Amino acid sequence: MSQMLANLRPEWLTPAVMDIFVAMLQALVILLAAVLVGAILTVIERRLLGWWQDRYGPNRVGPFGSLQLIADMIKIFFKEDWIPPFADKTLFVLAPAIAMASLLLSFMIIPITPGWGVADWNIGLLFFLAMGGINVYSVLLGGWASANKYALIGAMRSSAQTISYEVFMGLSLMGVVAMAGSFNLRDIVNAQQGLWFIVPQFLGFCNFLIAGFAVVHRHPFDQPEAEQELADGYHIEYSSMKFGMFFIGEYVGMLLISALVATLFLGGWHGPWLPPIVWFAIKTGVFLALFILVRAALPRPRYDRVMTFGWVVCLPLTLINLLVTGAVILLVAPG
Amino acid sequence: MSVDTADNSTVRADGQHNSLLVAQLREQFGGQLLHEQGTLTGMPVLWVSRGALVDVLTTLRQLPEHPFEMLFDLSAIDERLRSRRHGLPESDFTVFYQLLSVSGNRDILLKVALSERDLSLPTVTPVYRNANWYEREVWDMYGVRFEGHPNLSRILMPPTWNGHPLRKDHHARATEVDPYEMTVESQEREQEAMQFQPEDWGMQRQSESTEFMFLNLGPNHPSAHGAFRIVLQLDGEEIIDCVPDIGYHHRGAEKMAERQSWHSFIPYTDRIDYVGGVMNNLPYVMAVEKLAGIEVTARIQTVRVMMSELFRITSHLLFLGTYLQDLGAMSPVFYTFTDRQKGYEVIEAITGFRMHPAWFRIGGLMQDLPKGWDKLVQGFVDWMPARLNEYEKVMMENSMVRDRTRHIAAFDTANALDWGVTGPNLRATGCDFDLRKQRPYSGYENFDFEVPLGSNGDAFDRGQLRIEEMRQSVKILQQCVNNMPEGDYKADHPLTTPPPRERMLEHIETLITHFLQVSWGPVLPANESLQMVEATKGINSYYLTSDGSTMSYRTRIRTPSFPHLQQIPDLMRGGFVPDLIAHLGSLDFVMADVDR
Repeated sequence: MSQMLANLRPEWLTPAVMDIFVAMLQALVILLAAVLVGAILTVIERRLLGWWQDRYGPNRVGPFGSLQLIADMIKIFFKEDWIPPFADKTLFVLAPAIAMASLLLSFMIIPITPGWGVADWNIGLLFFLAMGGINVYSVLLGGWASANKYALIGAMRSSAQTISYEVFMGLSLMGVVAMAGSFNLRDIVNAQQGLWFIVPQFLGFCNFLIAGFAVVHRHPFDQPEAEQELADGYHIEYSSMKFGMFFIGEYVGMLLISALVATLFLGGWHGPWLPPIVWFAIKTGVFLALFILVRAALPRPRYDRVMTFGWVVCLPLTLINLLVTGAVILLVAPG
Repeated sequence: MSVDTADNSTVRADGQHNSLLVAQLREQFGGQLLHEQGTLTGMPVLWVSRGALVDVLTTLRQLPEHPFEMLFDLSAIDERLRSRRHGLPESDFTVFYQLLSVSGNRDILLKVALSERDLSLPTVTPVYRNANWYEREVWDMYGVRFEGHPNLSRILMPPTWNGHPLRKDHHARATEVDPYEMTVESQEREQEAMQFQPEDWGMQRQSESTEFMFLNLGPNHPSAHGAFRIVLQLDGEEIIDCVPDIGYHHRGAEKMAERQSWHSFIPYTDRIDYVGGVMNNLPYVMAVEKLAGIEVTARIQTVRVMMSELFRITSHLLFLGTYLQDLGAMSPVFYTFTDRQKGYEVIEAITGFRMHPAWFRIGGLMQDLPKGWDKLVQGFVDWMPARLNEYEKVMMENSMVRDRTRHIAAFDTANALDWGVTGPNLRATGCDFDLRKQRPYSGYENFDFEVPLGSNGDAFDRGQLRIEEMRQSVKILQQCVNNMPEGDYKADHPLTTPPPRERMLEHIETLITHFLQVSWGPVLPANESLQMVEATKGINSYYLTSDGSTMSYRTRIRTPSFPHLQQIPDLMRGGFVPDLIAHLGSLDFVMADVDR
């Protein structure tokens, strides 16, 4: 039978080429899934907020508002795609593309199940940190190119905030890297078979989560867009799909951070009884809900307090965590 | 109803006290005091010569005992068409200064007569800082110049406006002038005029080390609470200075009052503080009743108190939700709106309307309370306390809320009085001045409630204090439910408008009165009266001048939000943009209450 199939196969379709096809297909599915989940999240967030705030939320389009997303998409695609005459056109167009692309690219490194995932790299985590760094440019360029004072203040806040929080975001992961002995996310997941890293690396987990909120600037770290202060900040001049890309980009960012937390600290796909993909989805979903719950529950601290908190509280804690982890590993290590 | 006698002793300074003051002034200024006018305002009304104005004001401000700390109101009257002013000094335009002494709990009204040919006065801004905006308003509305004023420019009308609207010869209706046309050129001219010029306000565009950013916040901004514009001079995010710009919500309510019958102006009052509902009717109808000489029944008084307190709660709930939202908490506003809805259901059942019922009438109410009203009010009274506790626990005890509001935009009592701040914002500084206690009106002396006070006068105290005020209002509502007096819902008086319908159907005299009052409106005797109330946002007063006609000759509406906004630059220098937003949220203003 297999001989027959092998005969049917064209000459160029070697198993190596087949693997490439499968990998491309997987990459495409993961990409689409990330964008789609990001888009659906916009509706889920509104429904959840509605539920927590004693109101309905969007429930008119389709059963239980399930088709709201389609209505939103039709609306946003048909809005006038306006570029202000005073804006720097190239940068203005580039910014939302960077916002979306840098976050989507980061999904490459996330191992979803033992068989699914795009890139199995030894520099996995570093790649994510690099992409996070590039993502700052979207806000910075968007705010600068808009030639709007509110956007400029938003961009200024964003760059200061992201740079501060990226410092300990990277450091907070080093404990995990040290324990797993690898930057490869598959190795990190496999290293958690016995014990999830959330237990030994609890401080690292807390710091990474906080930094994650800050880097994707979700409430209460939404200083760059702070509606009540800056009236939407850096994307104030954006409309139509350019705004849409910033908007979906934010949700893709939430998804990315949630997926990373699940992978790095909660053992990724590991879990009893249920198939790996379900475990991965559950763990990611819990953190997505946390993102939304935090938004519903907390007021926004003042911008300078956010910076102080990062440098004075989070950074020292991260360093302590790193020191202790290093010391313990040295003590336990054989020989 | 429990009668709180202890507070009656502090009820306002008596006539003897006032006559002593007038005698003292007479002694000091002699012929400069031109005339003492008898009115129904309940305070001495003195005509002062132009030359002595500043001296008299300085003396009153610096009296050794019970000085007049606050310039409560300053406006003018165009007297040129007033026919019944026998015995008053010759005047074309009269500017009046109403002073308030919080320590002495008394007022005084000074008037200065001006001739049409020489409309100028010395500015009193060195004596009372908050005269600044009031003098600009008088300039804007009447064209009276104030010599020495720091920046005498229009405040409510656009800078390009022709004429001075509250003059009697200025048109009141659009139909009295040519149709309005806007061309491209005129639009550009208007926009040019709106451009902010820092030099006009004595601001530098740059310092030695930095170039300042001028950020135009508003008139459309999520935290501006309406059409309010404030231009910020920023160094980074630090506010070096700022200039509030008002007038975008100006509808000329005072001008309209001169073209409406006494009765038909009532619905306009609802829209002054548009979240205060019938609370706005109260000072107006009470001032009219003073002119007409109507005494209302205990039932009318109690129902008025009950409805006003219901509106105080709904207004404070709106405050609480938006205040917390301005601090970035998105959920509380939905909870407070749920509570407001419960309040409005009661209001709707009683008055038939939700936000602007216009339900009070001259000499009474529109209707009696409907059957079952007590169950509705009781339901609301039972619902609120648990919710208020929840807000306190979840939000006011939250460390982020405290961090955002503690010691932010703090001011002390002296500063508050200096700027004319009243109401909860004044009480947050620890100053115990609530008209419901100090000068009980409409039967407030019969209620048992406390006046909550703050201590730091910061954004936090202003929020916390309003939660406590809601508790006290709930307490008042409970007493209304328990002790609603029996009686008529309209006073037995010929000027009660409209007269009781039952009687109208039986007596030809009442029918004629009804017909006249509905078609022409009631004719009130010529006089002046004034009523202050403790409204939702501070002291709201109506100063009515009747010329013996079916319409008001002059209606001066003193609103609390106007001085509150004027105070902003004094507090915000050196603060950050988020502090300004927290302060705006904690002030509790609506632009209709500022611009009228």
